[in-house]
Amino acid sequence: MLNPTPGLPAFDYVKPASLPEASHFLAAHGDTARPFMGGTDTFVRMRDGFWGEKHLVDVKHFEGMNAIAFDSDSGLTMGAAVNMNRVIASPEINAHYPLLAEAARTVASYQLRSRATIVGNICNGSPAGDTTGACLVLHGVLHVHGVNGPRTESLDHFFLGPGKTVLQPGDIVTAISFPRPPQGWAGRYLKLGRNALGDLAIVGVTALGYPDSTATSGCRFRLALASVAPIPYRPVAAETILAENKIDENTIVAAAEAAMNGVKPISDARGSARYRQMMVRNLTRQAVTDVWQQIGG
Amino acid sequence: MAVHNITFTLNGEAEAAVVPSHMTLLQMLREEIVMTGTKNGCAAGECGACTVLLNGEPVNSCLVLAVECDGQTLVTVEGLAHDRQLDPLQQALIEIGGVQCGFCTPGVLISARALLDRNPHPTKADVQAALVGNLCRCTGYVRIIDGVLAAAERA
Repeated sequence: MLNPTPGLPAFDYVKPASLPEASHFLAAHGDTARPFMGGTDTFVRMRDGFWGEKHLVDVKHFEGMNAIAFDSDSGLTMGAAVNMNRVIASPEINAHYPLLAEAARTVASYQLRSRATIVGNICNGSPAGDTTGACLVLHGVLHVHGVNGPRTESLDHFFLGPGKTVLQPGDIVTAISFPRPPQGWAGRYLKLGRNALGDLAIVGVTALGYPDSTATSGCRFRLALASVAPIPYRPVAAETILAENKIDENTIVAAAEAAMNGVKPISDARGSARYRQMMVRNLTRQAVTDVWQQIGG
Repeated sequence: MAVHNITFTLNGEAEAAVVPSHMTLLQMLREEIVMTGTKNGCAAGECGACTVLLNGEPVNSCLVLAVECDGQTLVTVEGLAHDRQLDPLQQALIEIGGVQCGFCTPGVLISARALLDRNPHPTKADVQAALVGNLCRCTGYVRIIDGVLAAAERA
């Protein structure tokens, strides 16, 4: 039910002193408690009655949560509370992972990005997240603190359904890290919204490509699609076509059609299922072509 | 439900408030402090009418909890003018006609102030991108954008 007033339903704000304390509090309160970062999704869903948590646990202040660290061997580690404007402005990210900044620039508005986080978007399990595709194709790994201490979670098996992930009560994602991307790589995020800036994606296509002599085509592509499946979707059939055939316009079209035929999107206020499928084809074709031209095609 | 004693700096002045957990920054400003320049529009982070500066960065105050502002620094539209002098952005919007009904204006001014603070010489495209989250239903944006560019030129 829509809540027309500016007010949120009543809950307790909890700011634990340590990560173990936060995990134990969350585990002890199960479905009635939730960690939050910028709150840009959380508060809207609570206001509209979709979420009814009695405790919101602030986890932004823990050590490392706001750090961006790049190492030329191990890659990038970004604290979970790093907001999207910091991603866009980070010299390290622009130098070594520009795809993350490119995707973040398409999210909502400047003032929303002052609070929105990439990790928060992942934890909410939205299939429409603009930055989630970049995290998938860059092989992002989540650092999670649970009741049994820290562990890591690959994004490959992280998403279970809309709003559903492998995270359990007590789990707090503290950071996301990325290995060094493959030599000679390039990436692209193409987003179709109802207007040029600020909207949610009707369709989003992330493409990453790199030279690889073990592939028949001489290169490999990693693709991710937003807003066309219950979870962020990797069109493996399209990736296979691009690895196993000489890359030319026909191969790229075949891959784009495989991506289109592999998804069964829903119709909603932003677009029909049929339109979404056709836009998957068009944007995949364009994104792969852009990347192919950058990596030496 | 829990209440919290918080202190913060608002438009350069030390302030204190007692706020329930679920009170938004927007509600605290308008209903507790009764500083009503900041507007409530969509209450969902879409329209930007409630934009304020939190530690120098614009945020939608409808999507920030008041309790999160403990120890932080806030600036609202009431804090833009100094010593009876309007901010150059306020002056430019008046002169160029970037205000009609005025409802979006406080948020526009805050977003534009933040833009000029981080980029004193923006292009038209920079201004458009910075104001994506500030919806105006009257002006068609042209004079708002002209006003921001004029203020930047004068600075």
